[in-house]
Amino acid sequence: MGSNAAEHHPISFKWVLQAKDKGATVMHVDPKFSRTSARSDFHVPLRSGTDIAFLGGMIKYILDNELFFKEYVVEYTNASLIVGKDYGFEDGLFSGYDAKTRSYDKSKWGFELDADGVPKRDKSLKHPRCVYQLMKKHYSRYGIDAVSSTTGVSAENLLKVYKEFAATGRADKAGTIMYALGWTQHTVGVQNIRSAGIIQLLLGNIGVAGGGINALRGEPNVQGSTDHTLLYHIIPGYMAMPNNEWQTYDDYVKANTPVSNDPMSANWWQHKPKYFASLLKAWFGENATPENGFCYEYLPKIEKGEDYSYMYLFDRMYENKIRGGIIIGLNPMNSVPNSNKVRKALDNLDWLVTSELHHSETTDNWKRPGVDPKTVKTEVFLLPSAHRLEKEGSVTNSGRWLLWHYKAIEPAFEAKPFGDMFVGFMKRVQELYRKEGGTLPEAVLKLDYPDRYDPEELCAKINGRFTKDTVVKGKKYRKGQLVPSFTALADDGSTSSLNWLYAGSYTEEDGNKAKRRSTSQTPMQANIGLFPKWAWCWPVNRRILYNRASVDLNGKPYNPEKAVIEWKDGKWVGDVPDGGWPPMATGKGRYPFIMSKHGFGQIYGPGRQDGPFSEHYEPVETPVARNMFSKQLNSPVYKYVSSEMDKLSAPADPNYPIVLTTYSLTEHWCGGGETRNIPNLLEAEPQLYVEMSPELAEEKGIANGDGVIVESVRGRVEAIAMVTVRMRPLRVHGRIIHEIGMPFCFGWTTPGTGDATNRLTPSVGDPNTTIPEYKACCVNVRKADRLTELAT
Amino acid sequence: MKLDRRRFMKLAGSGAACLSLGQLGVSLAPVKAYAAEMKISGAKEVVTVCPFCSVSCHVIGYVKDGKLVNTEGDPDYPINEGALCAKGAAMFTMTTSHHRLQKPLYRAPYSDTWEEKSWEWMFDRIARRIKDTRDKDLILKNGKGDTVNRLESMFLLGTSHAGNEECAIAHQAMRGLGVVHMDHQARI
Ligand code: SF4
Repeated sequence: MGSNAAEHHPISFKWVLQAKDKGATVMHVDPKFSRTSARSDFHVPLRSGTDIAFLGGMIKYILDNELFFKEYVVEYTNASLIVGKDYGFEDGLFSGYDAKTRSYDKSKWGFELDADGVPKRDKSLKHPRCVYQLMKKHYSRYGIDAVSSTTGVSAENLLKVYKEFAATGRADKAGTIMYALGWTQHTVGVQNIRSAGIIQLLLGNIGVAGGGINALRGEPNVQGSTDHTLLYHIIPGYMAMPNNEWQTYDDYVKANTPVSNDPMSANWWQHKPKYFASLLKAWFGENATPENGFCYEYLPKIEKGEDYSYMYLFDRMYENKIRGGIIIGLNPMNSVPNSNKVRKALDNLDWLVTSELHHSETTDNWKRPGVDPKTVKTEVFLLPSAHRLEKEGSVTNSGRWLLWHYKAIEPAFEAKPFGDMFVGFMKRVQELYRKEGGTLPEAVLKLDYPDRYDPEELCAKINGRFTKDTVVKGKKYRKGQLVPSFTALADDGSTSSLNWLYAGSYTEEDGNKAKRRSTSQTPMQANIGLFPKWAWCWPVNRRILYNRASVDLNGKPYNPEKAVIEWKDGKWVGDVPDGGWPPMATGKGRYPFIMSKHGFGQIYGPGRQDGPFSEHYEPVETPVARNMFSKQLNSPVYKYVSSEMDKLSAPADPNYPIVLTTYSLTEHWCGGGETRNIPNLLEAEPQLYVEMSPELAEEKGIANGDGVIVESVRGRVEAIAMVTVRMRPLRVHGRIIHEIGMPFCFGWTTPGTGDATNRLTPSVGDPNTTIPEYKACCVNVRKADRLTELAT
Repeated sequence: MKLDRRRFMKLAGSGAACLSLGQLGVSLAPVKAYAAEMKISGAKEVVTVCPFCSVSCHVIGYVKDGKLVNTEGDPDYPINEGALCAKGAAMFTMTTSHHRLQKPLYRAPYSDTWEEKSWEWMFDRIARRIKDTRDKDLILKNGKGDTVNRLESMFLLGTSHAGNEECAIAHQAMRGLGVVHMDHQARI
């Protein structure tokens, strides 16, 4: 669901097909019939933005028919925990809602604790306020009729999917869900995925071979760039970005280190201070000491609750509050919603540094169609970047494997790797501060910043080093030597590491493990396709996370045919276990979900901004005027910006009755800035088109191949009509609703191919992630009188 | 004995090829002719990773005299087993394309053209822009008097195309400068 893996992660799909050959049922639930649908057992079209209704119906089906994996649910998930009396849910709103700030007071959703501060449990699952009972009540509203009428999926198709998938709730069966941006790009994106999490926990499908919820990460190194964090709200290793309320190192550590009073909970994040101190040591080197809070004072502190993601950045740029910046390997003038606004916003910059392989809509925005360059004040720097084969370094794949790529040739022409660019200007900025002084020069000058870009050395620095002679498990390490694992990291200044998750990837004992290329495996590992000696996987080379949930309380695999780990002769064999403690039944074990504070899989998730359970809300732009499940039409907490260019159409607006969804193509990458310049790829996918059903085409008098205009309240786009049964009219709320689909990779710098589809999409986002709602907005379509953007 | 393409190439590419092939009982004449014709014969194999999605298919670049002569899927990598999609298969054209940017380019305010500049000139100028912006706009305290040391008027966007090491030093640089507007494709 929410993914077209065959076209967008083609090589991953090869393994799906192999599973199918072995008897697995493959189901594709997605608005559009694609190559993924064609190779699946069956395809179920649904209306964009209704996945929670679809999945909520599945949760109800599993509970009503008691198809869940009882022992797993009771022992390993928080189903048995008792929720406090303040939790409530009424007509689309959870308790604690403040309409003025559009936010929830999450303290209302906490668990009830006993005298020792340990969550109370009822393993019989009968307590009226246990998670299981609250979940049952919450999803009782997701009956087949309401779900069918909301999603546009027939009752028959719903039951077909529910039955097939729920059948994996047996100990000897596994089911997996593959999703991509089709789930994340909604104002309820996180809750789409939470719904899948609830289902997979109910069915005992997390931590097992062939289970899980698989985020198909579309971008090349987006796993690594998230781990190493080109994001505002976290710092490397998934730790919170300091904010103004945490003024000192001690404030930060106190506020961010969870405490569990349950001796059975590993509560892994209790070690956070060691990871944080080691990161600061890596950033500030010798300057960081325990006495000065490891230079914490120099770090920027974001304003608590403020959002600095690109949606808000472009809004501030539009409001003239941003002076300059750097855009590398990204084409936001094509790939960010409401392109008309963001293109205008970019004109407000004094300076802009860009780096690309080719000219793009972003680098050349100052001379875009309809704009006189003589009116644009921005000073633009365009740096030619090296391609993958022209540099070495590591990347991390969707499965968290750390992979080394070698340099084959020198960069073409005068191109350089991004790493050289950052070192290039940062060294000079440091130099200027040394010479001239300036505002808070210490923050820049105290950085332990490399003098030249050396990926091998940096890879080692990411792993981490001892900063003084240390003994770990009887083994002596000298100052400067590499730490063997994150368990060796300390918060006393004796270690440094640019990312604790990667500690153990580059060691004194084994060197750079990203370079390992051995396919050797034990028969047990071979049986489930683990390759523990090929490269390295974070954390600690564990290939399947939460794998202790795949065994019973005695450490015996629930499914011996597909064992991930097993307790044998007093030790674990198979994959690296999620913590080496003995099985739970010994009394010395720990709950398997070690990253959550209480140790359980979180069916009930009290940490999210929009509620502990998922709930269907309509997309912000919706073709219907009412929500079948509550009075609350849209998410009560979705994020938005509100310049005069951020218009939204009203619910069920007759001027924009059609749902638009957008997607990538196999042949083009993201905004298309690179792939459009490759003749063989452009030849395969040369022009912007819009897929529509024959029924809609007939209604609009459009023939296959006609030029059409697609319009939203924000903008208009030219495209070629592709009339196809791949898009189906859907029966929603008792009437027919049409959905159309468009790629978004074409832009004006490749003449005749069309221009940004994102001129249509709105700047509204998920309350947890601020990922915009690209996948569902409202438009209209008509035949074009003449075309200016497309070559005909 | 069955020779798959990978093993054939390994053997044909090595100095001991004749011996090995002879030992395997393969007739040498047609193999030699085939190998001589292949543009990759004698080329150095360099392993890289496709830069277009997180399946991270492995690709072998064939390099002869410092020049890339071919690319193809790495049959040893357990995930792609030699297979590539259209984007991965286009690695060679992408890398060798003459449409690529060749030199650092500079566009002055209100100008309608790009000018070629040296890297040194660009770095100096960029550093100057960054420092001036920071000196002018760094917010030391917020309205409540909390120390915040943040530079809101400058940003970094991108990129998931960067390697881990590049991301790590990009993040470090930005936090050192005080940058808080930082984002990339993970949020797109
Ligand atoms: S070849 Fe295709 S599937 Fe493989 S990593 Fe590249 S883009 Fe992804």
